[in-house]
Amino acid sequence: MKIVVGHLFPDYLNIYADRGNIAVLERRAAWRGHELEVRALEPGDELQAGAHDLYYVGGGQDREQELVAPALAAMGAALKAAVAGGAAALAVCGGYQLFGRFYRDQSGDELPGAGLLPLHTVAGERRMIGDVLLECELEPGQPRSLAGFENHAGRTYLDKGAVPLGRVLAGFGNDGASGHEGCRAGRVIGTYLHGPLLPRNPWLADWLLAQALSHRAGEPARLQPLEDELEAEAHAVSAARARSRGGRF
Amino acid sequence: MLRVSPLLPLSLEILLARAAAGLSRVVGAGGGTTVPGKLLWKLDPGAVDLLVARLPRGSALISATNGKTTTAAMVARILAPSVRLAHNRSGANLVSGVASALLAAREAELGLFEVDEAALPEVARRLKPHAVSLGNLFRDQLDRYGELELLVERWRATVRELPAEAALVVNGDDPQVGDLASERPGSTVFGLDDPRHASSELQHAADSKWCVRCGTPYVYAAAYIGHLGDYRCPACGHSRPLLHVRGREIELHGLDSVSFDLVTPEGTRRVELAVPGLYNVYNALAAAALGRALGASLEEVHAGLQGFSAAFGRFERIAIGERSLLVLLIKNPAGANEVVRTLLTGTPPRLLLVALNDEIADGRDVSWIWDVDFEPLLGGLERLIASGERAAELALRFKYAGLPAGAIEVMPSLEKALDRGLELTPPGEELVALPTYTAMLGLRDLVARRGFVKPYWEAAA
Repeated sequence: MKIVVGHLFPDYLNIYADRGNIAVLERRAAWRGHELEVRALEPGDELQAGAHDLYYVGGGQDREQELVAPALAAMGAALKAAVAGGAAALAVCGGYQLFGRFYRDQSGDELPGAGLLPLHTVAGERRMIGDVLLECELEPGQPRSLAGFENHAGRTYLDKGAVPLGRVLAGFGNDGASGHEGCRAGRVIGTYLHGPLLPRNPWLADWLLAQALSHRAGEPARLQPLEDELEAEAHAVSAARARSRGGRF
Repeated sequence: MLRVSPLLPLSLEILLARAAAGLSRVVGAGGGTTVPGKLLWKLDPGAVDLLVARLPRGSALISATNGKTTTAAMVARILAPSVRLAHNRSGANLVSGVASALLAAREAELGLFEVDEAALPEVARRLKPHAVSLGNLFRDQLDRYGELELLVERWRATVRELPAEAALVVNGDDPQVGDLASERPGSTVFGLDDPRHASSELQHAADSKWCVRCGTPYVYAAAYIGHLGDYRCPACGHSRPLLHVRGREIELHGLDSVSFDLVTPEGTRRVELAVPGLYNVYNALAAAALGRALGASLEEVHAGLQGFSAAFGRFERIAIGERSLLVLLIKNPAGANEVVRTLLTGTPPRLLLVALNDEIADGRDVSWIWDVDFEPLLGGLERLIASGERAAELALRFKYAGLPAGAIEVMPSLEKALDRGLELTPPGEELVALPTYTAMLGLRDLVARRGFVKPYWEAAA
């Protein structure tokens, strides 16, 4: 089957090796005999209803985020409609912030967000930098862990009742205080974790691929397991890093 | 923290620190290149200012994301025949490294220091340099520095606060760095002028694609390395400043060398450089412009560049019995892309040893390896030995690039990886190793212990 990924603003938001995440989605789809096409979405593009099965948005430096925030916010309504129609989304780091309602910088100015996630972000003084380890449960009864690297000055606050992506075992997380990291709203996932995220956490790549395949096929998809020995080793090293040195200024 | 300071006379502190350097070598703590400086720094941070004030010709600073060690080594080669230097040549480039170099060179006339990008503001404030060369800014270790924008602003503030008589040299091909020339009339701008070597499009790792004045994407008449090139903003017209020192008629000779016309206001000379790649032309132009600003004649500049071999650990060929080991340092996407490009100008390697560590000096965030264009190497590559503390992550990088998992060997131990690599290299052939900084130190240490190279503090002396 062919699935289509809409990669939002890849020229602007690509700072932490976001193409690593894309490569993992492509290969893991191909190894199961599926084709995955990545279509770049540029500021001002019109979203065609049902055209994409999965959206991906990465991180950028402050200047780049400022440049694209209005364009992403303008796409907000169309993205929400796509997600309501069954598409999934992964937003990492700066893209995670811009998927919220707004981002307030240090001078108090606000950048508009796309509004896909029930949260907002406020710039803080000290950057929260380091390895992170989370515990999460996207499917009831299937606890998993995510290992990655965070580097953000923004403090992200979830709205009341919003669901975090996971509980922080080691690292700073959303705001360095809540013990929560990321946000999950149905098939939309936002997180500060890069490193990149998917190579060392292939189960999340597979979860996203399953959502995308289900959207395309109109029925639940099953994915064959793959040989993930190297991935498990990379995950273990990254998790050990988080435990020994994550969450410290 | 040790607080002994204000009452202790300078000379005594310096004696103590010098003794510490000897001691750390005796106990085998790895060369001791920054131990004395760190000690002095703790005893009295102001002592650095006093030490540099005693240099009759002051100091010159070199900073950049890529090429500062090599550029400084080239400048040293240009100046060394006529000037006694205090030079932090082993790459210890924070304030403590500068302090150590000052302590080690008692009779020096001029301080020549490569300086870490983030440490530049503090070092410049203390040293009040006579000349500063600013090469390029790429994303590198964002986990340490925060973001590029912030760094550029700090550099701008530093340039504004330089002593009035200080000479500024900048790379005009880097939009953000080149724009710093507008802060100081009389700055020297260098760059490449040979579109035959331009890429058709910007590389993935290009970092400064948007106009520094208005944010519109630049149009490149030529893009050489990352975002370095001949750029112009189609909206506001901001463009590469006029070049005073230029590289033209560049000829790349594989992994061996590069030659080019060095064009300066004083005249043109053909330079045959014994290190490879376009990036070394940038380093040579920076060195020529800085040497010139420090009073070297065109003849001295030319002789120095012609006589240059290679800076510490950046590009090194080490004979190991019947085989040789070629070590090429990788540390960020832009630099690593040039290493890949250089490798491809020779016979592409069938076997490659890549070693990824994640110490502070390497960058704790290893995501940068996913921004390196390793893919062009895959055509000829039959086997990869992935080594270093983050060997598995590196293996994933190549697995998802399309290298079959069966062609990848994961060996975190540098020693095992080196032995395996040499075992797979036929006699008379060369093993190519691409280590990150601390992995490079580790590899060098291994071959030094086996008697094939001198320990680096001896080689640098």
